[in-house]
Order: sequence, then C-alpha cells, then structure tokens
Amino acid sequence: MTTSSSERGVSLGMPELPAPAYPDDVRARLETDARAIVARYPDSRSALLPMLHLVQSEEGHVTRTGMQFCADMLGLTTAEVTAVATFYTMYRRRPSGDYQVGVCTNTLCAVMGGDAIFEELQEHLGVGNGETTADGKVTLEHIECNAACDFAPVVMVNWEFFDNQTPESARRMVDDLRAGRPVAPTRGAPLCTFKETARILAGFPDEREGAVEATGSAGPASLIGLKLAKGEAAPARVVHPRGEAPQDAPPHEPSPAEHLSSHDAPQDTSASDPAHPAGPTAEEGE
Amino acid sequence: MTLAPELKDTSPEKLLAPVLSAFWDEDKSWTLDVYKRHDGYEGLRKALAMSPDDVIAYVKDSGLRGRGGAGFPTGMKWQFIPQGDGKPHYLVVNADESEPGTCKDIPLLFANPHSLIEGIVIACYAIRSSHAFIYLRGEVVPVLRRLHAAVREAYEAGLLGTNILGSGLDLELTVHAGAGAYICGEETALLDSLEGRRGQPRLRPPFPAVAGLYACPTVVNNVESIASVPAIMNRGKEWFRSMGSEKSPGFTLYSLSGHVASPGQYEAPLGITLRQLLDMSGGMRPGHRLKFWTPGGSSTPMFTDEHLDVPLDYEGVGAAGSMLGTKALQCFDETTCVVRAVTRWTEFYAHESCGKCTPCREGTYWLVQLLRDIEAGKGRMSDLDKLNDIADNINGKSFCALGDGAASPIFSSLKYFREEYEQHITDRRCPFDPAASTAWADRTEVHA
Repeated sequence: MTTSSSERGVSLGMPELPAPAYPDDVRARLETDARAIVARYPDSRSALLPMLHLVQSEEGHVTRTGMQFCADMLGLTTAEVTAVATFYTMYRRRPSGDYQVGVCTNTLCAVMGGDAIFEELQEHLGVGNGETTADGKVTLEHIECNAACDFAPVVMVNWEFFDNQTPESARRMVDDLRAGRPVAPTRGAPLCTFKETARILAGFPDEREGAVEATGSAGPASLIGLKLAKGEAAPARVVHPRGEAPQDAPPHEPSPAEHLSSHDAPQDTSASDPAHPAGPTAEEGE
Repeated sequence: MTLAPELKDTSPEKLLAPVLSAFWDEDKSWTLDVYKRHDGYEGLRKALAMSPDDVIAYVKDSGLRGRGGAGFPTGMKWQFIPQGDGKPHYLVVNADESEPGTCKDIPLLFANPHSLIEGIVIACYAIRSSHAFIYLRGEVVPVLRRLHAAVREAYEAGLLGTNILGSGLDLELTVHAGAGAYICGEETALLDSLEGRRGQPRLRPPFPAVAGLYACPTVVNNVESIASVPAIMNRGKEWFRSMGSEKSPGFTLYSLSGHVASPGQYEAPLGITLRQLLDMSGGMRPGHRLKFWTPGGSSTPMFTDEHLDVPLDYEGVGAAGSMLGTKALQCFDETTCVVRAVTRWTEFYAHESCGKCTPCREGTYWLVQLLRDIEAGKGRMSDLDKLNDIADNINGKSFCALGDGAASPIFSSLKYFREEYEQHITDRRCPFDPAASTAWADRTEVHA
C-alpha cells in the first residue's frame, strides 16, 4: 500500500483531482434550491453569489465540492466560480465555527473601543483573527464598517447587530455562545447558526416565528432625531447602555505588527521580505 | 452661503424634518399596514395617474439629487434611459452601504422598507422597467429579513407582480444579497457583481443608462434617493422644494456618530450645519471638543472645528473643499490620533481595492506601509511629502472613485494636521493614548 503525496502533506505541484460530488440526496435537495435561485434572474450567472451562500449553508464554508456544484448548475468552469468565490470576504474557505464573531475595527469603531474589544476577545478566546475556538463554536474575526456607526463600537455575530459593546459585554457574549446559552442581538433575530444564516443570504426567508419582528422597529440611536423633532427628548447626555467598570488599558505602544488590520494588507512579496527590507520599512541609520 | 430663514431657529422641532423616519418609533413600522397608515403607496397612485414621462419630469423638477454620494439629479438619470429601444430596462437599487461612517440606508431599510419598494415601483413605471433588483450588502441579515418580508407583503397586496393596482404595470422585484466587498458600492462594479462576477468597475462610457445590467439600459440609484420619491409624488415637488436650497432641495438623513453625546439619525432639510445638529443634541461628549470630522464618510476630505457652520448641502460642503457624500458625520474629539484614524482608513482602502488598476492597488499598499511606520514612530520627515505624492498619483488617476476616496483622508489630514504627523516623527512615538478615546473612557460609575 502506498499513500498519496497529498495524504503525506507533500505537494508535488500536481493538479488536484476533481472534487468529490455531494451525496445524491444532498445534491437533489440543493438542485431544487439552486433552480429556485436561478429563476429569480433573467440570466443564470446572476445566481452565482446566492448559490455560493447556498453551498456555504450546506457545509459551513465554500468547498471545492460546492464550487463544482455551482459550476455544473450554471454551466461555468470551476475556475470562473473559484475566481468569484475568492473575491468576496463573506465566503469562508475553510471550516469555521457555528458563530462568527466579527468586531468592527474600521476607524470609528476602532477608536470608540473596537480595538480594545478585539484585543480582549483574542486574549480571552486564545485565538487570532480568522481562527476558531477548539470547541468549534466561535470564529473570531475583525470586520470592516458595518453601517452602524451610531451604535459604535459594534460587534456582529452571524451578521446580527450587537450594538454599543464593551470588552466585558463582548466577553460575556462569547462565553454564552460557547456554553450554549441563548444569545440575542440588540438588533436582529435570536441567533441561528452560521449555516442557517447563509441560507437566508441565499435568499430563502427566515421562517422562524418572530424572527422578523425581533428587537422592534428601530434601535435607540435611529430614533434620536425623530424624538427631538417631536419634542420628546431633552438634549441628550452621555448615556451608557451597559455599565461596566472603567478599563485600565495599558498605554499605547504601537508597532506595525500590532495593527489589527495588518493581515489585510497585501501579502508579503519577495520585494518585501522582512529579512531583507528594501522599501520604506527599512530602518537605515538605526 | 445663506441659510433659509427657518433654519435660524435653534429648536429641533423647527430644524429637523422627519419624513422617511417619521414613524420609525411605531410598533411594527416595517409592515405594510403601518406604512399605509402613513400615506403609504399614495405617491404610487398619483404617479400611475400620470404618464411615465411626466413622472420623470416631475422628479426632475423636484430637484431630488442622489443620496449615495455623488449628488447626481435622480430625474435626469431616469431621463437618460432610451425609450422605445426594444431592450429590457432595469432598475438596480444600490443598498451596498459600506462607506466607512455611513449608516443611513441600513436603519431606513430596517424600519421602513416599504418606502423603498414604493419608490421602486414608481421609478420602474417611469423608466418602463419590469424587473428591479435591490443589491443589499450581505452583512446585514436583520435588514435582509425585513426586506424579504416587505417584498412578500407587497406581492400579496398586488403592489408588485402583474397589473399593479390595475394599471397594467408588471414588475418583478428581486432582493439580492452581496457577499462582502466595498467596491460593489461603485455602480458598475455592482452591476458586474449582480451578473455573478468579481465586483470590478467597468470602463465608462458606455454608462449604465445605455449598457448596464446584461448590457441593457439600467438606472442605478441609492436607497435613500429612491425612498424619497414617494413622498415627493404624494406631497408635491413644491413641498419638497420648500426645504433646503435652490440647488440642494429637500430633506435627507444625517448620521451623527463618534464622540458626540447623542449619535444617531437626524432627518433634516439640506443645509443644516454640524453646529446646529450638535447644539440640539447635546454636543460633543462632556468635557471634550471636536477635533476633526467627515461630512460624508471617510472618502470625503475631513473638516475641523473651523467648519462647524458649513451648510451641509452639495454646494456648501463643496465650496468648503469637501463633498456632502453620504452625510455620515463622524466626529472625533481631541483624544483621537489623526494619524491612527487615517492609517486605519487607508488599510481599509488597501484591503478593498479590487486590484484592477495600478494606481489604486499599488498606491494604497505603499500608503499603508508609510503610515504604519509614521504611526509607530519610525517615519521620516520626507515620508510626509511622499504620502502626498503617492496620494496625488492615485487621485484622479484611478479607474474608479475608490482611489479618489483613498486619497482624500491623506490630503486633508496633511492639510489640517501636518504638525501632528511631524510630532510622531520627531518624538518617535504616537503621543496619544487610545484608551482615552473609547466610549467608556470617561465612565466613572463602578459596577459589581
């Protein structure tokens, strides 16, 4: 008996074999869904983004099997599907947790405390950006502006809003998620798993009782101007939605490696080999 | 710049004008029932009684301008659609709201999705389209749920589908969730994405009005622009023009965020000032002062406390050297390091650059390298001119507006805060404590 090179973890630069197909029953079910998606558009290729959400709802990430399925259904090559799947950040390319916890670290949320929250969660969970806890429950990542700046700092869990967070509230939230306790967002429906969320994104409405109504018409910040216009609110003071003890954060000693978004920059190239600095990161004269 | 007389009053009741947000505080505001109680779909009835060309002319006469950033007259966009060309026409609503600081369309769609749907039906009647799309960014599932529910309600009530309200108008509406790419807010990248491709901008011309979705004539409008149309049809263009200024008429959503006492949505006539908004809402957080702010998201050149009285309309902000953009008023106080803020925005642009054109792809990368060094106290004085130079090589030389947006924070921060950059370089460290900027920095109460 011999083991293949891929089983030994050695790449010989050989092309991968075609992805295995879905089991027949899964394929039949997904084909029904895929046809419903294709029917929404004048041109079948428009179904590709929702179909990638659909295959993500099956396996929790976009697998080669899923991409092959999309290619087969839409008459595309796997290269065309892969090109699209790798362009968009919401498609995961490896197995991840049931709950995706995304901390906004774009400028406004970062300044308002998003950086501190992200740091706290990394430490508390013992995982870095894009990594999943050993129990498979939580995948932590930092996210870009999620259009909720008036609720900063914002954390998204499976793309439901957790507004006005603090390091403490975020830590409690992930503890609850890992312990299986029910967790409800400040805006959005009671959490479902990442796979179930992906199915909604594929365009299949959430049929859970009360999911659409959950958390009411609008968040408090959305109503501030309206209340003022109706003479209902006195000029506001600073109001903290959840009280926590002040933070004793250490003084800021920024280094390039500490930047939360550092992984977002283009990957190192030979020209930016840290061992042989050649660009503006070179420290001549030091 | 002169202000309309009524704007001289300082009471919020006089200064604000909730239209789209008027009933967000009601129970189940997102439902058809509540929308109808607030004159919902009355604008559509009035539009259907007019000829399509008259609807286009009416919206044009109202002076409504695009609320997505560029401020292009909405009625004129509709007028560009060639009629009688035998091709399908499409309306695509840009609900990809991703510009840093921008947070108006998401609460609007969460609380009042029917205003958009009604606007879509009116617009499609005007441009003779029988299929419209809402391209919603994917990362907002609560909004997607309500859009799904609202579209279903509209179909069931005969407000979408065939022979709408007995007018003979047929319209399909598809809600399409994106998958996380800021560039898809650029209208031609959005169209490529909606066609199932990587979201990369297209060369223009041809403009979408001639060759848009599936190479057919297409109107791409922002959510708030389309959602404003029903009120204009129902209450009249004169009513709309009674607000704002001659060139920037009407009402709009201003989104106040950051170190202010009351972040949130403020719907007001165009031309209100940040000072008026802060005065009515409790100002900056206690004990702090405004340092810098953006009038319309991170892609619009930043302002300082010198600009508190700039009228927030297209002309006023333009004359002061920035752009009205999305009216995302991100306010930062004196605890905030401007180098840190600009570095983070620039990291965002580098991450979101689609890679199609060289100035943006390469330029944003090198801006990040320089800015990180400067923030870490490892920069050199010559880096500041280099920053300016690289930004100059991106601005106006990129394939789409993402590059121009990336250059804006660099130019404007160097213009107003060059000394702060220099301080990072001479002190060889960042002089700010990020803990002082957090929302809980000044919290004194202690909880168990």
